[in-house]
Amino acid sequence: MLIPHPLLGLRDAQEFTYLGDAALIGRPAPEAGEAAFCDYVFLRDNPAGIHRELWFHEQGDRSWLVVTRNTLTHEILGAELATDVARRSA
Amino acid sequence: MKFSGFKVVKEALTGHRGWGPLWRDPEPQAAYDIIVVGGGGHGLATAFYLAKEFGQARVAVLEKGWLGSGNIGRNTTIIRSNYLLPGNEPFYEFSMKLWENLEQETNFNSMVSQRGIINLIHTDAQRDAYRRRGNAMRLAGADAELLDREGVRARLPYLNFDNARFPIKGGLMQARAGTARHDGVAWGYARGADQRGVDLIQNCEVTGLRIENGAVQGVETTRGFIGAKKVGVAVAGSSSRVMSMAGMRLPIESHVLQAFVSEGLKPLIDTVITFGAGHFYISQSDKGGLVFGGDIDGYNSYAQRGNLPVIEDVAEGGMALMPMIGRARLLRAWGGVMDMSMDGSPIIDRTPVEGLYLNAGWCYGGFKATPASGYAFAHLLATDRPHETAAAYRLDRFARGHLIDEKGAGAQPNLH
Amino acid sequence: MTRIDGGLTDRGTTLGFRFNGRAYAGHPGDTLASALLANGVQLMGRGFKYHRPRGAISAGSEEPNALVTLRSGARAEPNTRATVAELFDGLEARSQNHAGPLERDLLAVNDLLSPFFAAGFYYKTFMWPKAFWEKLYEPAIRKAAGLGALSGLPDPDAYDRGYRHCDLLVIGGGAAGLAAALAAGRAGAEVILADEDFRLGGRLLAEGGRIGGRPAADWAAEAAAELAAMPNVRLMTRTTVFGAYDHGIFGAVERVADHLAAPGGKVRQTLWRITAKRSILAAGATERHIPFRDNDRPGIMLSGAIRAYLNRWGVTGQRQAADPVAIFANGDDGHRTAAQLAARGVPVLGVIDPRADAPNLGGYETFAGAMVTGTKGRLGLTAIEVMRNGRAEWLSCGLLGVSGGWNPNVHLASHHRGRPVWDEDHLAFLPGEGGPAGLIPAGAAAGQGGTAEALADGLRAAGQALGDLGIAPAPVELPAAEAEPARQEAFWHVPGKGRAWVDFQNDVTVKDIALAHRENMRPVEHLKRWTTLGMATDQGKTANVTALAVMAELTGKAIPETGTTIFRPPYTGVSLSVLGGGDTGKAFRPTRLTPTHAWAEAQGAAFVEVGPWMRAQYFPRPGETHWRESVDREAQAVRAAVGLCDVTTLGKIDVQGADAGEFLNRVYANMMGTLPVGKVRYGLMLREDGHAYDDGTCARLGEAHYVVTTTTANAGTVFRNMEFARQCLWPELDVQLISTTDAWAQIAVAGPKSRELLSRIADGFDLSNEAFPFMACAALTVCGGLRARLFRISFSGELAYEIAVPARYGQALMERLMALGADLGATPYGTEALGVLRIEKGHAAGAELNGQTTAAMLGLGRMVSQKKDAIGAVMSRREGVAQDTRRLVGLAPADPARKVVPGSHLFAPGAPEDTAHDQGWITSACFSPHAGHMIGLGFLENGASRLGETVIAANPLEGERVELRVVSAHFVDPEGGRLRD
Repeated sequence: MLIPHPLLGLRDAQEFTYLGDAALIGRPAPEAGEAAFCDYVFLRDNPAGIHRELWFHEQGDRSWLVVTRNTLTHEILGAELATDVARRSA
Repeated sequence: MKFSGFKVVKEALTGHRGWGPLWRDPEPQAAYDIIVVGGGGHGLATAFYLAKEFGQARVAVLEKGWLGSGNIGRNTTIIRSNYLLPGNEPFYEFSMKLWENLEQETNFNSMVSQRGIINLIHTDAQRDAYRRRGNAMRLAGADAELLDREGVRARLPYLNFDNARFPIKGGLMQARAGTARHDGVAWGYARGADQRGVDLIQNCEVTGLRIENGAVQGVETTRGFIGAKKVGVAVAGSSSRVMSMAGMRLPIESHVLQAFVSEGLKPLIDTVITFGAGHFYISQSDKGGLVFGGDIDGYNSYAQRGNLPVIEDVAEGGMALMPMIGRARLLRAWGGVMDMSMDGSPIIDRTPVEGLYLNAGWCYGGFKATPASGYAFAHLLATDRPHETAAAYRLDRFARGHLIDEKGAGAQPNLH
Repeated sequence: MTRIDGGLTDRGTTLGFRFNGRAYAGHPGDTLASALLANGVQLMGRGFKYHRPRGAISAGSEEPNALVTLRSGARAEPNTRATVAELFDGLEARSQNHAGPLERDLLAVNDLLSPFFAAGFYYKTFMWPKAFWEKLYEPAIRKAAGLGALSGLPDPDAYDRGYRHCDLLVIGGGAAGLAAALAAGRAGAEVILADEDFRLGGRLLAEGGRIGGRPAADWAAEAAAELAAMPNVRLMTRTTVFGAYDHGIFGAVERVADHLAAPGGKVRQTLWRITAKRSILAAGATERHIPFRDNDRPGIMLSGAIRAYLNRWGVTGQRQAADPVAIFANGDDGHRTAAQLAARGVPVLGVIDPRADAPNLGGYETFAGAMVTGTKGRLGLTAIEVMRNGRAEWLSCGLLGVSGGWNPNVHLASHHRGRPVWDEDHLAFLPGEGGPAGLIPAGAAAGQGGTAEALADGLRAAGQALGDLGIAPAPVELPAAEAEPARQEAFWHVPGKGRAWVDFQNDVTVKDIALAHRENMRPVEHLKRWTTLGMATDQGKTANVTALAVMAELTGKAIPETGTTIFRPPYTGVSLSVLGGGDTGKAFRPTRLTPTHAWAEAQGAAFVEVGPWMRAQYFPRPGETHWRESVDREAQAVRAAVGLCDVTTLGKIDVQGADAGEFLNRVYANMMGTLPVGKVRYGLMLREDGHAYDDGTCARLGEAHYVVTTTTANAGTVFRNMEFARQCLWPELDVQLISTTDAWAQIAVAGPKSRELLSRIADGFDLSNEAFPFMACAALTVCGGLRARLFRISFSGELAYEIAVPARYGQALMERLMALGADLGATPYGTEALGVLRIEKGHAAGAELNGQTTAAMLGLGRMVSQKKDAIGAVMSRREGVAQDTRRLVGLAPADPARKVVPGSHLFAPGAPEDTAHDQGWITSACFSPHAGHMIGLGFLENGASRLGETVIAANPLEGERVELRVVSAHFVDPEGGRLRD
């Protein structure tokens, strides 16, 4: 696979490490309690189709990216810096 | 019709005119006591044991494609009960005991072959961890042996002992482990269930779960609504998709695991070998193909296919471990969609919806669990109580903190 | 000899080769199959199940029958298709899967027993008695199964992998592929043209047609020459593109040296990963046969293959030149073979064609409305039975060509699980939707199989690709090619008694398909799996579509309703050696060496693999005969004097920024923001699920500057997770991270004399306990100006330091410390002694921090701050985690002579030793020179309140059972006085 790094262009996916659902950016506030953390840590939408997910450019510039990818076809629809996504959702 | 050597000979001499369908193709009835969603290995085994052990006759299995088209149709056929944790080991040992009697129980030769498995050891720390595991196996009534380097060498002289990046220092062996003919397992259960009155309905995709007042009423399908008192979902790979119809999110991600088979070769490898340090495991099928695999690709996928890096990684592992296989050719590669759970262990449990039951989260280890999974799920569906060996496979264990994490990898499915 | 004039081999040069030990001759340009046929050898192998004599049916990579073991010894390569094995001088090949000589295979008795081996028979028997499966039945089946044999020796050849990028990858160098490559190449696109054959031209070399008034093969050679001269075009012959992967990435294998007697200095094969913006699938088509009774004898071939042997190799395929040749065809294509043979003076019996209006192209007789209904000939065809108007007659025949139409090679177009679609006009499956993005099928692969059509379609495809790429096309003149007659009528198999093979290699007959139908194994996947159809090394290239048509006929459904099959990579078999890329032996994985590695080597250290690292395990001295002697001595030196150990492998992460303290508060379970400058604190990290994750130290070097250390194993993942926290969870914090694991060499200086030793290099730095107490840290210079960092931390429980210097000075520092410490008893110690020292002190390491344990279990529960949020804090309070009563304890044998073995399980005395009564396990153990006996650490239920109790350590795996006392995990200096002095 090739991942369109927003700063570096197309990079081979082998340079990256995969984490999973980009919802992991949305860590609950500590006072949200155990139930909210359980959902956050363990439950996933796991869609068959469009999936926003976190990739780490470990053999590269160390950026965490949010990649939008179709899990049925592996087509990649876009990628952005996770920190931009995190700042927006903060 | 009973299968036997005598019958095979008789039919051979009379032009094979006496063979009939292995199972019927019934039209779905309006309602059943129990519907099992998913005609893969676990669904078919569930139906078989529901009929055979729990006296349930009004049972249907709904399969969106063809029987056995789940991951039982795409795996590397290994059976073993070499687990560490008390939530797992008794269950898999129960499964092993069912394997050992499978053919006699189903009257179908699923070619259960107890040729053994050897997990290679490369470091002292790994030996300590395998000793802990081997002892856990023995304490649960399973067999296990710890081999030293020479013990491994005597059995597997063709491994790379002299120039290895990760030297072989021993192995954990389970002699009763082995392989089975994966399709044959599905067909044996299917035929046995059909003979006991279970309706196996192919080309029947579940498109919705009808739930009223918190209780399941039946399923919407591509062949119309079918009523049911209880619905058991056994659709590993698609668990999240199906359970989302009940509004549930699961502690599961779908990942692709590739597996590989070489061209047919004369007998070469007479056991199952796993090489954890190199992400590689291998056995040889009765037909002569080397059957091998490695890690999951690592990204969420429903595509049933993987990519080159893992293929190369697996081949590297194979060549590092046994350079004699180099001139064999890879014949076929395929990808299965795995239910990767958050602790690497499965779920067999009731759900918050009354009458809706879930069998899911098998990661890449579902094949070996097929008999026990079917038995335990049948037990739960029929009695509403978990089978004693599957009591830990609860859906709420994540929230309550009772994880069954063999690898200690935490809530990251692609590490299990 | 059945070699005639013409063809593309170099007749001026003769190559000698041996088949089954017998010597033959051929020419450069021959394949093993063409050379054998030229020598009148039709019999090349035996069938898989019934051991019937078999010969080549094809002239390409679809070959199901002519599989041989090529070469010998460690280079033996089983299951090699004679039809693609390039001839070289001295080639040696043997046929496979027979007992005794190929001509007199003793296992041919299976053919007589064939009624017993019907599809799926083994699922129905061999079940009684139960124990006989593994002992008797299965070994017999295994022995009979399999094709060729591996040598059992390591592959002696070298392999490589490489990466190539292009605008356009053209897969297949026939008419369509050459036309496409010419068009794209002339337009200036970066083009790679790959073909599995050793000569470009594809079917143009085989058909004997003309392009632009000249032999088509000449046109192909000129096109290839023009392409070879273009700097923007790369021709890759002997290269099979075997798989289409995501985002325009293709896997390909180049057979660099398979056509040579030995690779010499070359690699044998190279694995290429080709990344292409666009691709054209011009892989041609594969002819299918028509099953009829006994259609598997040597001498029965595909009609197109006969044409190929005739035109490309100048070989007729007969055993003797006088043998009559016949063609059985459902379309005009077969007639072309007959006409060409007749024109070359080969005796042609005629074309048997089921169509009432079958044509005649001249030079032979047409048997219209006729079928072949049987054959004779023990080791090769001698006669065929022709049925016409209800009358059967036997005709003498030594070579029969069969033509049932062509299947486009759509494989790569469906590697992404897009299903091919049935086209009734072409009577074939054509590439469908859902193919790999950017892949354009062209030519015969897209159903455009005539020469003129293929050329035009190649241009069309190139035009489409150039348009997508935004490259202006250059003019290409399409040369004129003759139109070939191509009418055909669906005709899938000859009905009747006897066995009619569909899948030659797996011995699947029409009867087997009928049986599968009767047994309700009708879905295509059931059919395949029940009969093993299409599962052989040829992946059913000549069988699958025909089988589908037969099943469709039986079910009364149309072919598209009956189904299709999915094609999976690889297109043809790929050697495991080349897939592994040549990284075998020690080169399997990279090896990381510590800065003092060379020094340790010079000291005669034993090394051990620790993840990717090699670390010094212990340093044997002359006279020490057992590793324990060395380890005990090293550990005692640390307790009594001073020891030196390279601990560079621990992860080091530099954390800087105004919010560094707050950031670390959130990453560590304990408080770090309050750490004073110049101090170090032990830190524990949790996973977000509340389990213990990693431990290490955190040193504050400045107001906004911390240095974090991690365990060796987690150095990479802790850094990754901290970056995740920084970028994704708390982007608002002012903090920056960098991994400095490789930048700093770090040496532990441990023992009561460590202060004195360090004072000798510390450039006047005040090391007194008052000025630099336990858990102090500082930046300083040593050895007269070398910048360094000093941490007063202890893993051993002794007065100890870790000193870090830039990595390139690590070895010099070690040498200096050893030299200056000689009088103090400075002793290097390795990972074994390190382990002994930490077990004696009760420190957790990998066996305790194994991802399954909690802070409380480790006795560190109080470190999890309840005052602040941190990763894992909330989830560590879950009932199941919080209520776990297992605690890390020390374990000592009641009888000091007994062993303490890690991996033993713990039980209360008298309790049944089973899963239900399991109370814990031993994580680590060693012989303690300090205690004088073995000691261990382990997790035990309610361990915190069981000090002094006796437990049983059960190790049934090794037949051992030992009584242990539960003791404090701190075997050495439990008050911690030593490390604070």
